[in-house]
Amino acid sequence: MSAPLLEVRNLRKSYGALTVTDDVSLDLRPGELHAIIGPNGAGKTTLIHQLSGCQPSDAGHVLFDGQDITTLSMAKRARLGIARSFQITSLLSGFSVLENAALAAQARTGSSFRFFGRAAAERTLNDQAMAALSTVGLAERAARRASDLSHGEQRQLELAVALATRPKILLLDEPLAGTGHDESAALTGLIDKLKDDVSIILIEHDMDAVFAVADRISVLVYGRIIASGSADAIRADPEVRAAYLGDEAA
Amino acid sequence: MPQAPKSPPPAKAAEAPADAPPHSLRQVKAAGPACLFAVFAVLPLLISLGADPFYLVIATRIMIFGIAALSLDLILGYGAMVSFGHAAFIGIGAYAVGMAASHGVTDLLAQLVLAMLAAAAFAVLTGAISLRTRGVYFIMITLAFGQMAYFFTVSLAAYGGDDGLTLPQRSTLLGQPWLENDFFFYYLVLILLLSCFLLAHCTLQARFGRVLRGTRDNALRMQAIGFEPLPYQLTAYVLAAMIAALAGALLANQAEFVSPAYMTWQRSGELIMMVVVGGMGTLTGGILGAAVFSLLEEFLSGFSQHWKLGLGIILVLIVLHGKSGMHGMLADLARRFGRS
Repeated sequence: MSAPLLEVRNLRKSYGALTVTDDVSLDLRPGELHAIIGPNGAGKTTLIHQLSGCQPSDAGHVLFDGQDITTLSMAKRARLGIARSFQITSLLSGFSVLENAALAAQARTGSSFRFFGRAAAERTLNDQAMAALSTVGLAERAARRASDLSHGEQRQLELAVALATRPKILLLDEPLAGTGHDESAALTGLIDKLKDDVSIILIEHDMDAVFAVADRISVLVYGRIIASGSADAIRADPEVRAAYLGDEAA
Repeated sequence: MPQAPKSPPPAKAAEAPADAPPHSLRQVKAAGPACLFAVFAVLPLLISLGADPFYLVIATRIMIFGIAALSLDLILGYGAMVSFGHAAFIGIGAYAVGMAASHGVTDLLAQLVLAMLAAAAFAVLTGAISLRTRGVYFIMITLAFGQMAYFFTVSLAAYGGDDGLTLPQRSTLLGQPWLENDFFFYYLVLILLLSCFLLAHCTLQARFGRVLRGTRDNALRMQAIGFEPLPYQLTAYVLAAMIAALAGALLANQAEFVSPAYMTWQRSGELIMMVVVGGMGTLTGGILGAAVFSLLEEFLSGFSQHWKLGLGIILVLIVLHGKSGMHGMLADLARRFGRS
């Protein structure tokens, strides 16, 4: 078994008396898609915030490729190769679709303390951006303003922006949230394809999608991981059924 | 939608600019500033044809405040940093000229270097602290630093304190007293205004400016792709401070007088008004705002000392019309003309 790319050890986070992340340990191996599921309020998004550096952790460690990144800012982690998407779409709404992705490429390509030369005309950045847009199927929308896209297309752009940073790890926070049936099928197919190039931690409510693409599933309930294993093992786990799948199946 | 026909249906016409080919859109955008600078370039001709020379003084002041407003627009309009202490940098520029002159350094180039370095130093110090805050706290802390600068100059007894400091003459340029000539001074200010505009425009289109604009739109998103906002915001803040100091140095020369009144919080507020009235995030908007403000001050104050009431009404009307101020109104007009 290869060494994990991301390792989370005894991570904690509380808001006052409320413990949101309670001694969470998990890992992500290269090329793996590790899904984290759990009922509403289980602390899934907080966990993603802690892994991406958006929110600090109270205790525990996050290791990326052996390096302790627990105290690094979100921007520094992004430059190391940890990209994330947001549950609530967070784009540069006044910029074109292409520029949203091109800025992500710019972050990884040379210094941005350049005061001359039109950034929008930089071939290498636009090529990298177009490649990311093509991957998610948004190439034809490149010239549109991000705010003019449909909700589903904005979810695709969230993914394209993350991909344009050329990440080693993708942290996807409910990428299917609010998408229609066809869109979510297309996005699920896309996530399945991405697995070849990048390791993914996926939070998602759509169980069909999770069980279709995940290599490993961990179940988070009240900030604790109560079970972790293959899709079949999770399906069969009585504790998981009681805590979570039971009311889903109804 | 490809090339728009001669008389498109009105409903679609509104969308036309967004779908037009990008190069023609850029030409249209360049037309506004080109017109503005052309007007400034030919204005002195009208005066040599017999108009009141006082207009030359007003136009010079408009351009100087245009430089200051443009610098504020750089951080306010493109960086979402509402600085309520921007007049401090005008004051620093003006005092650099006054103090240098009183110690025998009369050359404008040397004075400008001094002015901009002093402003940059003050901006690095205050910006690094202010930019740790957000929203209304940023407004308050920049106001506080502005007031500190104001009271510091008030206490400068050696340089006139409260009363300020009268310059014996305007600065020399390469040892020559060229600035004494109002036409020469006018065109010098125009060249500097144009240079600042072009510099700001280039910077905003370059990689640096794109990061700054992105951070204005959504700082969280920028952090998520790997940009820390602070270094970019601080650099823009310092750049804006240096341009404002240039305006201050020119203002001191125009009035041949320097006083703490240049850096009051009211002056900072006026600069914000100029940018908002003219149109935030447009660069030329600041210049338009400076023109509207100065002209209203000149003509309304002739009617009544309560001229700011008139200004207030106009400000309300412009803000109600939309976010893009005078710049937006003129752009709408130009579009309507273009269609008919």
